[in-house]
Amino acid sequence: MYQFRYHKPATLEEAVDCYQSAEDGIYLAGGQTLLPTMKQRLAAPSDVIDLSAIDRLTGIEVTSDEVRVGAFTRHDEVARHEGIRRRLPVLAFLAAQIGDGQVRNRGTIGGSVANSDPAADYPAAVIGLGATINTNARQIAADDYFQDLFETALEPGEIITRIDFPVPSRAAYRKFPNPASRYAVVGVLVADFDGRIRVGITGAGPCAFRGTALEVALQGNLNSAAIEGVEVPDVGFNNDLHASAEYRAHLVKVMARRAIADLVG
Amino acid sequence: MEVTLTVNGSQHSLEVAENTLLVDLLREHLRLTGTHVGCDTSQCGACTVHLDGRSVKSCSVLAAQADGAEITTIEGIGSPDDLHPMQAAFRECHALQCGFCTPGMIMSAIDLVQSSDDLDRRAVREGLEGNLCRCTGYHNIVDAVLRAAPQMK
Repeated sequence: MYQFRYHKPATLEEAVDCYQSAEDGIYLAGGQTLLPTMKQRLAAPSDVIDLSAIDRLTGIEVTSDEVRVGAFTRHDEVARHEGIRRRLPVLAFLAAQIGDGQVRNRGTIGGSVANSDPAADYPAAVIGLGATINTNARQIAADDYFQDLFETALEPGEIITRIDFPVPSRAAYRKFPNPASRYAVVGVLVADFDGRIRVGITGAGPCAFRGTALEVALQGNLNSAAIEGVEVPDVGFNNDLHASAEYRAHLVKVMARRAIADLVG
Repeated sequence: MEVTLTVNGSQHSLEVAENTLLVDLLREHLRLTGTHVGCDTSQCGACTVHLDGRSVKSCSVLAAQADGAEITTIEGIGSPDDLHPMQAAFRECHALQCGFCTPGMIMSAIDLVQSSDDLDRRAVREGLEGNLCRCTGYHNIVDAVLRAAPQMK
């Protein structure tokens, strides 16, 4: 790992100041992606700005129609949180499948969503549940947030503070995990908001996206037979040593069927 | 930069470079070489220690991030005359062959037992997902964790 300057600001304002005065600054949350990347010298920031001391980034709030998760919340905390398990079990279930135990003890939801790894799990929930990304500057709707490979609507220096998930009537997430890394080769989250269906897909493309054709087919007809005839074109899908684009397109429907089966049996 | 942390019950203040990893602080600065570096790419879990009671891969944590934290390493859980129940179970079940992964395996297993209610063989295998062993095939490791679990309650 190359040398860098380390900062641990106590407030969001200080963190942004730090970022702006750095030559090539980067924010550090749980560090489970950033630190391995820096060790491989694939990233060489001049300044690392640790967000762990900022109180505003922590806390979980569960209301009757929304679950609000502070950006610095670690995956294991989401997986075990009583309120989330009761109001939005799909999110706890999804978080419990990220990486391994040690990674879940460090990795954070804000870090995962800011990084937008194409195979990360949380983006499927952000898209599938239609979450709102709160930052130090504004609110961003899930549908406007993910833009491309590791590319989001965040401006340089912008910090995610909290993610608000609307609570659906029911939702399920299924993924085909890479057997070694547990990253999603493909993951599909299907949510039913009183008959309005949303489908969030991760792993398949450069970033998470909505399965609009699947949503249309499932509208008012939430069962796996409804998606039999839906074409999932593999155009633009990821094609790497883990899976071909064609295979990923196939997996989208398989994972969608499994998620639907979890919902309707 | 100065980092102050508690390791196995003793407080230390150390001058380290910003890019020092927690595992290097433990091994190089404190000479606690029971924590191993296996892959150095965050896959194998040999470097697992407890940070404020939870298992972490110390090759993926900066020493600076552990400032103010309580760290427990394999050296801090028992002694040759008074093994931790998990260490004793690993010995009794022959849960190691070359032993390289064992410190990390034991630290993960202790956190797993402490943070789980009902463990069965499948839950133990899933719970140790972050630790690789290239010798045993895991069978005896699972035996050891299930043997130690009731003794730790």
